[in-house]
Amino acid sequence: MLISSRILTRLSILPLLAMLGGCDIVLLNPAGDIALQQRNLIYTAVGLMLLIVVPVLIMTLVIAWKYREGNSKAEYDPDFHHSTKIEIVVWGAPIAIILALGAVTWIATHKLDPKQPLTRIDASTPLPADVKPLEIEVVALDWKWLFLYPQQGFATVNEVAAPVNVPIRFKITGTTAMNSFFVPALAGQIYAMPGMQSELNAIVNREGVFKGMSANVSGAGFSHMNFKFHGLSQQGFEEWVAKAKAGTDTLDRTKFLELAKPTEKEPVRTFASADPALFDAVVNRCVEEDKICMRDIMHIDMLGGGGKAGINKEQALRMGLCTPNAPYGSAFYSPIREDVTKNEEKQAG
Amino acid sequence: MSSIPETTTFLFGRLSLDSLPLHEPVVVATFCGVALGGIVLVAALTYFRLWGYLWNEWFTSIDHKKIGIMYVILAIIMLFRGFADAVMMRIQQVWASTGAEGYLNSHHYDQVYTAHGVIMIFFVAMPLVTGLMNFVVPLQIGARDVAFPFLNNFSFWMTAGGVVLTMISLFVGEFARTGWLAYPPLSGIEYSPGVGVDYYIWGLQIAGVGTLLSGVNLLVTIVKMRAPGMTLMKMPVFTWTALCTNILIVAVFPVLTATLALLALDRYAGTNFFTSDLGGNPMMYVNLIWIWGHPEVYILILPAFGVFSEIVATFSRKRLFGYVTMVWATAVITLLSYVVWLHHFFTMGSGASVNTFFGITTMIISVPTGVKIFNWLFTMYKGRIKFDVPMLWTMGFLITFTIGGMTGVLMAVPPADFVLHNSLFLIAHFHNVIIGGVVFGMLAGIVYWYPKAFGYRLDPFWGKMSFWFWFIGFYFAFMPLYVLGLMGVTRRLSQFEADTSLTVLFGVAAFGVVLIAIGIGCFVLQLIVSYIKRDQLRDETGDPWNGRTLEWSTSSPPPAYNFAFTPVVHDLDAWWDMKTRGYKRPLAGFRPIHMPKNTGAGIILAGLSTACGFGLIWHMWWLAIGGLAATIVAAIVHTFNYNRDYYIPAETVASTEEARTEALAKQA
Amino acid sequence: MANHAPSFTTPGGEPVFMMTDKDHHPENGTSLGFWIYLMSDCLIFASLFATYAVLGKSYAAGPAPKDLFDLELVAVNTAMLLFSSITYGFAMLEAYKKNVGRTIVWLGITGLFGAAFIGIELYEFSHLIHEGAGPQRSAFLSAFFALVGTHGLHVTVGLIWLVTLMVQVGKHGVGPANMRRLSCLSMFWHFLDVIWIGVFSFVYLMGVIG
Repeated sequence: MLISSRILTRLSILPLLAMLGGCDIVLLNPAGDIALQQRNLIYTAVGLMLLIVVPVLIMTLVIAWKYREGNSKAEYDPDFHHSTKIEIVVWGAPIAIILALGAVTWIATHKLDPKQPLTRIDASTPLPADVKPLEIEVVALDWKWLFLYPQQGFATVNEVAAPVNVPIRFKITGTTAMNSFFVPALAGQIYAMPGMQSELNAIVNREGVFKGMSANVSGAGFSHMNFKFHGLSQQGFEEWVAKAKAGTDTLDRTKFLELAKPTEKEPVRTFASADPALFDAVVNRCVEEDKICMRDIMHIDMLGGGGKAGINKEQALRMGLCTPNAPYGSAFYSPIREDVTKNEEKQAG
Repeated sequence: MSSIPETTTFLFGRLSLDSLPLHEPVVVATFCGVALGGIVLVAALTYFRLWGYLWNEWFTSIDHKKIGIMYVILAIIMLFRGFADAVMMRIQQVWASTGAEGYLNSHHYDQVYTAHGVIMIFFVAMPLVTGLMNFVVPLQIGARDVAFPFLNNFSFWMTAGGVVLTMISLFVGEFARTGWLAYPPLSGIEYSPGVGVDYYIWGLQIAGVGTLLSGVNLLVTIVKMRAPGMTLMKMPVFTWTALCTNILIVAVFPVLTATLALLALDRYAGTNFFTSDLGGNPMMYVNLIWIWGHPEVYILILPAFGVFSEIVATFSRKRLFGYVTMVWATAVITLLSYVVWLHHFFTMGSGASVNTFFGITTMIISVPTGVKIFNWLFTMYKGRIKFDVPMLWTMGFLITFTIGGMTGVLMAVPPADFVLHNSLFLIAHFHNVIIGGVVFGMLAGIVYWYPKAFGYRLDPFWGKMSFWFWFIGFYFAFMPLYVLGLMGVTRRLSQFEADTSLTVLFGVAAFGVVLIAIGIGCFVLQLIVSYIKRDQLRDETGDPWNGRTLEWSTSSPPPAYNFAFTPVVHDLDAWWDMKTRGYKRPLAGFRPIHMPKNTGAGIILAGLSTACGFGLIWHMWWLAIGGLAATIVAAIVHTFNYNRDYYIPAETVASTEEARTEALAKQA
Repeated sequence: MANHAPSFTTPGGEPVFMMTDKDHHPENGTSLGFWIYLMSDCLIFASLFATYAVLGKSYAAGPAPKDLFDLELVAVNTAMLLFSSITYGFAMLEAYKKNVGRTIVWLGITGLFGAAFIGIELYEFSHLIHEGAGPQRSAFLSAFFALVGTHGLHVTVGLIWLVTLMVQVGKHGVGPANMRRLSCLSMFWHFLDVIWIGVFSFVYLMGVIG
């Protein structure tokens, strides 16, 4: 029974191994230095653990085989149920491995903290002190990604590019549900959350087109929330930027609210210019002109709240203007969800 | 569905003909199948006049053995639904990886994986674990029942109530589309305005009450009702793991209750716990739900560890190696399970120091777990191992769980998790440990204790077939997912860009699922064939495996009172001690035995609570309030019943024991 | 187990494996079981306290505790609850002395104090909601209403239980079954008192002072 199990398991691995030849296992062959360091960490951790796991698997099969009922040659000692020496080894060896792994974890987690600015371009090239990172602002919408380039002043949807060997600082937020910004070839992922700003530092070390996605389910269009990340040469990047800025579309607040409406399978598009204050407004959930920014709300709260006058939320959170489309002000009627708005108006009217 | 404005009526709330999936052929066909099966079942029960038997002997029973069996039957029924969900997902993913849309769009697919997760964890794994603990623990500690037999019955029916709501959601309305933990803001009222998340909330709240009370019940049972002489350090290991599991249940299910209640308040009352505006904080939900969620998986695995400890010792014909360290390792795992929860969301941006702390605590848990594996191996070492079906499952576990544990510790390294989180690698890991650990453990436990419960062993041939198909099927089904995760494929995707390598890997996984399906089929066949051949497989002695613990001292099945006389325990492995020291079964001197009465209060209370839940889901406020009021009134009425016990007369005990004496004599 | 200890060996030194000489009566587990349940209930409150700790300063530019809490009213409320705990204690003392009538009287007085607590709390809540400072206004208010409201719900359940027990004690006296029930309600009632001390200090006092 047991020999056949070993043979069967080995046989089942063969076709698997054969098929792997054609796969692009991006995590093991990444294009970015951060992802590369993460891959090396995976190898180190697995290697450390195999030091225990392989002997355990072998012991399992050998002991089961040797002490099977049919083997009368093996010693049968029904009173052997304690051994201090064995206890020391079975506690000590895993503890030693975990100590090592723990140390590796401490160092690596601090070094590869997404907020940590890059210190090197790749394994053999440290980062010169005067290099400023390329800033890209990322907004997770339903169900597409908006990328703003504040240093260049334009924006794109579902497409992002960067020059090779230049550090990138992503600042990330969301608008509706929790998403996760993830380009596996580049670096790890980080959640994109409404009202919060996350940060990810990464770099791409070779040219190519890499897949990007959301790695946290956010609703109906989640499966199509993919984008392409282009690693370009310096010249290629400048051409890409120039092409984007040569268009006619501009991304202002109204356009943004329009873009934020739920759509699926959104095609790539570019905006030749983008309102520089837009990303901050998205993070603070005050893209609507008359909505008070979260920063200001938090400031008021820190000072002790809005007092009794703040009870009336329409007054407290509206910065003025009612519009025909939002007769009570746009305070809590997120125009992003038309149906909810329609319901409320139906009930009110 | 969510953009259609809701019309509500007083009588039906937001329930209308639109809520029925009449335009979805698959669901309609399923309903017809289920309805047909249900009609046949009801007709058969009526024809054979079994309603009285079912009601008197099973539904109103407060006997822990019967309740345990009902839990396991419930779990196996739900296994079919959860597995059907898995099959549906596999087919869709193979199909969609060719670039086609497949047959399940996101609206359906999202419900399928949400239901799959909720059902497998709450309505398969939990009832299996609870059922086994319920059946075995009182027998192992020499007690006649659990501490609160009525509460036990009530707990079972509350779990069944959660099942009922989840099953109804398939045919009336829809289920949640958020994943099995329903993170806000997606699960909030703004982005999930339909009934799906409400089915989720109330199904889990009702079942959660059952689980919590079951935890209290078993805890008090183990603390207060052990046979004289059975100190804590002389308890069987399965009882130890049951003790730790129930401590975990009592200590974490309240957090789930509170968290789901807060989500319900957000959805029903417009509060702002987890909204993005007005001060709410969705990250708070993520923390709270995983403070529950991580100990939950230890609630599932610890009893499985206990099962394997019993099986390894029994089938190696040796005492368990390192009993004391096994106990300490279990206790350490129990304690540590509370301080690891953040490893489920390293990617939410907590910062390096916080991430490191939780990463290291997660790794530390692998130490006592590893110790347990070594202790099992050294129990087998210098033993004389009989590879009956329970031992085969154990071998499968030792290999599979070790691999799964390794991938788990890998993901405990935060930067590694940054690229693996929410990918198919994660899916492969947790299925690796849950199937390799919990499922194999529960199936092993069922085969091991089946003779005790029903009086005959399970057919070994079909048992072995079931094992091999499950074991090999598991590797085909999930090893490709590790590779897919390394290829950057995220979980919960219903659509893909065309990619042959994905299709190949999904295809292999689908093949694995076919093998597992055959394994499940063989398991069912095992039950049927064994029933047909039960006379040949009869367990006449009550101790078919030459066991070591007290449950094997009773007949198979045990009498309602378990033990005519309370055992007195001198050592670990009490039954083995009794056998080796020449214990003689008393043949006379039987006394009347004090037992609790059956009651219908449990099923009635649970039914009223479920009705209340249904009313809350559909905004049928008269039903919600009426159901709640009726539950309270019925509970109060029940407390006016002071006449809840009776005595089994000494003559009945004597004749039961005489029958056993005769059966044992025939054996010898 | 201690009260009916078995013999482990026969007079002749043989091991005894079955208690054939007397019945085994495991100690009644009701008090322990209720205590464990109560601790799990405590964890629900712990979760709500934690939620209040995290969200309690998120006023959403709305009113803060100092704008809303009427500490004098809360002091009266607290006194009601504390008195009710004392009177429950008196009820238990009478129950131990087997005075059914006096037990019921003290239980009734406890119920009145408890009802006063709930009445004042309902008044406080309706006043806040009427003002516009309801649970929907901000996360702070959501957390406040959830925590204090859950406590109030528990007290209400306790009151229903109290009335039921009054009837049952009247019917069946203070035998072992009813003594167990009275002890459980006692634990429940005092536990709610302790939680209220926490609410009073952490939410009301610190909210206004801190």
